[in-house]
Amino acid sequence: MATVIIPTPLRKFTDQQASVKLDAETVQAAIDRLIELYPVLAQHLLDKEGQVRAFVRIFLEDEDILALDGPNTALKSDSTLSIIPAIAGGIDL
Amino acid sequence: MANIEFSKAELERYSRHIIIPEFNIAGQRKLKAAKVLVVGSGGLGSPLLLYLAAAGVGHIGIVDYDRVDDSNLQRQVLFGTESIGQLKAEAAKARIEALNPHIEVSVYNEFLNSENALDIVKGYDVVADGTDNFPTRYLVNDACVILGKTNVYASIYRFEGQVSVFNYKDEAGNLGPHYRDLFPSPPPPGLVPSCSEGGVLGVLPGIIGSLQALEVIKVITGVGEPLVGRLYLFDALTFSHRTLKIWKNPNTPEITELIDYEQFCGVEEAKEEQPVAAVPSISVQELKQWQEESRVFVLIDVRESYEQEIVDIGGQLIPKGEIEQQLDQIPKTGDVVLHCRSGKRSADVIELLQAQYGYTNLLNLEGGILAYAKEVDQELATY
Repeated sequence: MATVIIPTPLRKFTDQQASVKLDAETVQAAIDRLIELYPVLAQHLLDKEGQVRAFVRIFLEDEDILALDGPNTALKSDSTLSIIPAIAGGIDL
Repeated sequence: MANIEFSKAELERYSRHIIIPEFNIAGQRKLKAAKVLVVGSGGLGSPLLLYLAAAGVGHIGIVDYDRVDDSNLQRQVLFGTESIGQLKAEAAKARIEALNPHIEVSVYNEFLNSENALDIVKGYDVVADGTDNFPTRYLVNDACVILGKTNVYASIYRFEGQVSVFNYKDEAGNLGPHYRDLFPSPPPPGLVPSCSEGGVLGVLPGIIGSLQALEVIKVITGVGEPLVGRLYLFDALTFSHRTLKIWKNPNTPEITELIDYEQFCGVEEAKEEQPVAAVPSISVQELKQWQEESRVFVLIDVRESYEQEIVDIGGQLIPKGEIEQQLDQIPKTGDVVLHCRSGKRSADVIELLQAQYGYTNLLNLEGGILAYAKEVDQELATY
């Protein structure tokens, strides 16, 4: 099973899970499955066209998926995907 | 560089640098000759400025328009209780000059914007970005790209930190990626953590800002491998860290001029969309009068329980996120006043209850508990 690491700002949409294990053969399938599990993630992760938003990057191990095959990048059973959002401080009350 | 000289006092002060074989007097000379601009003297800026000053960076610039507030002191270790109310840049200057009298410090008590950024940044070799908002992050990045300056970046959120070195040109002339290669555009304001989700563990900016100071020193001295083309991530909760490779996007548009960053980040639009004025409201003075008259009304606090621990004006706690599950607690007749910290969340709740559940008797406390603490009861704590 692939592991998806969820960043702090999105953990409130994954029942505070810091990582989620799921079965998926490609990055796209993993994202689809993640959103199936936690539907409210969709609006934070994807734009209206269903593309990953520009302030979120997806990494397979230590490589940006855009440097690989993008959403079609194949996953292995022990792959680790990281979702990395832009953060700017978050202490602005 | 050989013409950079040190006094006896400086040699003694910096001796623990000079006796590191890889660093030695050559590294110390480079530090003394360097000009570093630190943007933001808050949580990240505190360790940055302290360590850069202590290390002997010859000229340090500080940009900050803000004043020290008591809620800063939990993490902004540059300042003490006596600094409350002072301009941060001035208080920071005094602190680091006391730490090291052999350095020069310039202050810019102003908000960095598209009009002044290039003029300020151009006088420095390296910029360290310790700001806390997206418009300034993109502004700092773009100014560094236009002027060919290295941007040592760090950012934090609650328990998590990011560090990288952007726009760094190595000795062979290869230019590393910059912030827009990683994040081409910012999150829309609605998706940025709101005030109820703010907060940061005080020691986290201490850790991340120290890493940022480390990278500034490495960039200046050429010692070690700077964090170029890589993004370092630290999660304090799990004590885990990762270093990811940043992809230099060949399609990143060329940056040729500074733009309106508030507009780019959607901040202006978000301000206009604020529904505060659109819902019926009551001022804190009126609320006080109602309380003194013992008038019958219901007061509901839509903040989180941990916020009520700081300050409470007797409202019934129903956090914003639980409102729809607790509608039976909110009467549809009689006066019902809703409040939060500043009036934004309670206005959102009223808008929702009016539109979705047919409420017509709800009033928003203008300015929230902050305004109440300021105008009605100065004994109350603010945050």
